[in-house]
Amino acid sequence: MAKTISVTLKVWRQKDAHAPGRLVTYQMNNIDIDMSFLEMLDIVNQGLELKGEDPIAFDHDCREGICGSCGSVVNGHAHGPEAETTLCQLHMRRFKNGDVIVIEPWRAEAFPVIKDLVVDRSAFDRIIAAGGFISVRTGSAPEAHSVPVPKENADLAMDAAQCIGCGACVAACPNASAMLFVSAKVSQFALLPQGQPERRSRVLKMVTQMDNEGFGNCSNHYECEAACPKGISVSNIARMNRDYLCAGLTSA
Amino acid sequence: MSLDANVPSGPMSEKWSRHQFEMKLVNPANKRKFTVIVVGTGLAGASASASLSELGYKVKTFCFQDSPRRAHSIAAQGGINAAKGYQNDGDSVRRLFYDTIKGGDFRSREANVYRLAELSVNIIDQCVAQGVPFAREYSGLLDNRSFGGAQVSRTFYARGQTGQQLLLGAYSALMKEVTNKGVELYPRREMLDLVVINGKARGIICRNLLTGKLERHVADAVVLATGGYANVFYLSTNAKGCNVTASWRAHKRGAYFANPCYTQIHPTCIPVHGDYQSKLTLMSESLRNDGRIWVPKKKGDVRPPNEIPEEERDYYLERKYPAFGNLVPRDVASRNAKEVCDSGRGVGSTGMAVYLDFRDSIKRVGKAVIEEKYGNLFQMYDKIVDQNPYERPMMIFPAVHYAMGGLWVDYNLMSNLPGLHVLGEANFSDHGANRLGASALMQGLADGYFVIPYTIGHYLASTKLETVGAAHPEFAAAEAQAAEMTNKLLNIKGKRTVDDFHRELGLLLWNKCGMARNDKGLKEALRQIPAIREEFWENVTVTGGAETLNQNLERAGRVADFLEFAETLVYDALKRTESCGGHFREESQTPEGEALRDDKNFCHVAAWEFKGAGKKPTLHKEPLEFEEVHLAQRSYK
Repeated sequence: MAKTISVTLKVWRQKDAHAPGRLVTYQMNNIDIDMSFLEMLDIVNQGLELKGEDPIAFDHDCREGICGSCGSVVNGHAHGPEAETTLCQLHMRRFKNGDVIVIEPWRAEAFPVIKDLVVDRSAFDRIIAAGGFISVRTGSAPEAHSVPVPKENADLAMDAAQCIGCGACVAACPNASAMLFVSAKVSQFALLPQGQPERRSRVLKMVTQMDNEGFGNCSNHYECEAACPKGISVSNIARMNRDYLCAGLTSA
Repeated sequence: MSLDANVPSGPMSEKWSRHQFEMKLVNPANKRKFTVIVVGTGLAGASASASLSELGYKVKTFCFQDSPRRAHSIAAQGGINAAKGYQNDGDSVRRLFYDTIKGGDFRSREANVYRLAELSVNIIDQCVAQGVPFAREYSGLLDNRSFGGAQVSRTFYARGQTGQQLLLGAYSALMKEVTNKGVELYPRREMLDLVVINGKARGIICRNLLTGKLERHVADAVVLATGGYANVFYLSTNAKGCNVTASWRAHKRGAYFANPCYTQIHPTCIPVHGDYQSKLTLMSESLRNDGRIWVPKKKGDVRPPNEIPEEERDYYLERKYPAFGNLVPRDVASRNAKEVCDSGRGVGSTGMAVYLDFRDSIKRVGKAVIEEKYGNLFQMYDKIVDQNPYERPMMIFPAVHYAMGGLWVDYNLMSNLPGLHVLGEANFSDHGANRLGASALMQGLADGYFVIPYTIGHYLASTKLETVGAAHPEFAAAEAQAAEMTNKLLNIKGKRTVDDFHRELGLLLWNKCGMARNDKGLKEALRQIPAIREEFWENVTVTGGAETLNQNLERAGRVADFLEFAETLVYDALKRTESCGGHFREESQTPEGEALRDDKNFCHVAAWEFKGAGKKPTLHKEPLEFEEVHLAQRSYK
């Protein structure tokens, strides 16, 4: 017999971007602890649909922790209480019978709420569009082995490149800063020989766009690193700051 | 309509280069006069959008996700094949071509596959130049690993997140072109119809998922890169949003659907554990490099795996297929897992699982090496199952994973509907009846970076295109039809949820048209599917309104399409009385229980023409001719 628990949910419900939101309580009984958090929300929603009520809107897609679609603040933690875990990979066995679970959307000026738990994260796309790429036209690439990359650098680049763009770093930061997200992309390319030609202009453009989007600055709380489901290190922020300083000095 | 694949003449190894020269070109100044719509931003769609924009075309790119970076290619784990031959182990373009044809059980089009193998090397160059952090050796050069169906190491990888890294590369190229104003990006849009004017694809109708507003978009050509239909089975390894809607609605406008019965059941997934389950999770095939698959020799052996001694374990793949061992192709591995479980030797609480054991590898190379190669996969397994795979073998079972079938396309990746091009998993072209591991990423990027930029130019340069606008009656009619379907769904106000119907359909297909199929079961499915569909249209509940974000309505539209598509899938499976690759007809097997092809009667692509919902589709055949490869019974022994 599967082990089950009962929990009380308090979920942020907000009709649209302009309507005021509020926490609505849902009592959930007989929740199988092997269920994922989103599967638990599916059950809430099926109940609402059968009553003809509007189900809770939340973004999700791959449900294996890689697409970056899902994410809510659960009991004050972005993606919930488990370290290095997206909301879709969080399982109900991490909760106890009788727990009260408060579920809210990411809160940040740059991520306006669209409905319920769905927020607008298009600011991230605009930051990438500002410079988060290497300008190589299709077909113009040299043979892959013509430029060896030291393994340590390739590994560090991969550590940074694992970012899934979920926005938990912003949600966790008291300043709603996007520095972890931006620095992960800046670092990935700064660590690779292919990224060098545009290294300076890239960091300047991406940081400018980040500021324009209304994200706050970094004041070294490191909440972003603690919330990041991919364990991206704040050392990337230090690397970006160094690059930004160098680029600013030489471009002035 | 005749099914001419338009394969160029000449020797196999010269076809593509010759064709590239013979195709018409659009001069640089004229390219900006053409608008191309690309639907989908996975590997194929993002790479196509970026490459077409770089050439100078005006590109409009659509995806249903909030960002193009979230398309499901992102979840591909293991790697990407390329015939670079860096390992000095006998690889070549020809060998990759041959392995892919054989892996597909001789049901793919030779010329397409040869081109794919040729282009594979350019993909790696392109991705490295984009800053994709592939795994490297201490020399600083690229590392490779092995995948199923090959005896060489040709798979390039970025830990267990290769799809993510390749997609982020293509996404960054796409965003670069957004900044260069070559691509207009339309996220959170769902394509609801293809607009065909004078026999040519000239645009789409899509729904803005935030406002519910229907939009008309006009173009000179339409490219669908909308992925596969595995979610027709409800439980699959696909993302929840993956759907057949764009392909199906194009099919209803005249595009043929090819080989829908070729679905891939992936051997290494986390087993089903409860009826609330919303999806299945893949454990990369790369694990079969170091993991050994086994079940107890004795039926009903419930001892914990580590207490079962070596001599009481049956490493059935190593025993039956000594040449390939645990690295047999996916269809073979899946079928064998089913067979041992059906014989009562499965493990776990349901008896529907086999072990994938890393004990010997950890002993041989140490935990650290295994952790470096597969750390994220082990962690994912631990999170879902709550067991540590370093200490206890993983339990795995096959799950629906990929669609080899898709919209029919010719050598130029154009469907039978002029102007409609189909790329990546959404088309049928390169994998035959079974796709080899690490070949999906290769195909998506080959199609998007290196094929469509040439072939679409040829179409635009050689076709007379009338000027049409969004006010054209065909646009108005298609929009009205989409609006009517939405209204209908919202007004049923029945008593069953969308997911409830989807689950029922999925379970039916899994049981009757899953890893093994037979005449009786398929006919039974053909009786039941229309009944489920009819009940859906009378008794589904879809809450909320049309002109707002309504995820319930989005799912309802997709399930409505799955309910029609499923019937065509089953018709195809019923008609193909041979076994091949992922399509195993119980009536057609060798004495050893291997898939037995019938080349005399089924050496063709089955392309289905839509005749109305619930009406039997019409079959068109494209004969498969093999010039280079000798048709043989596949053997991995």
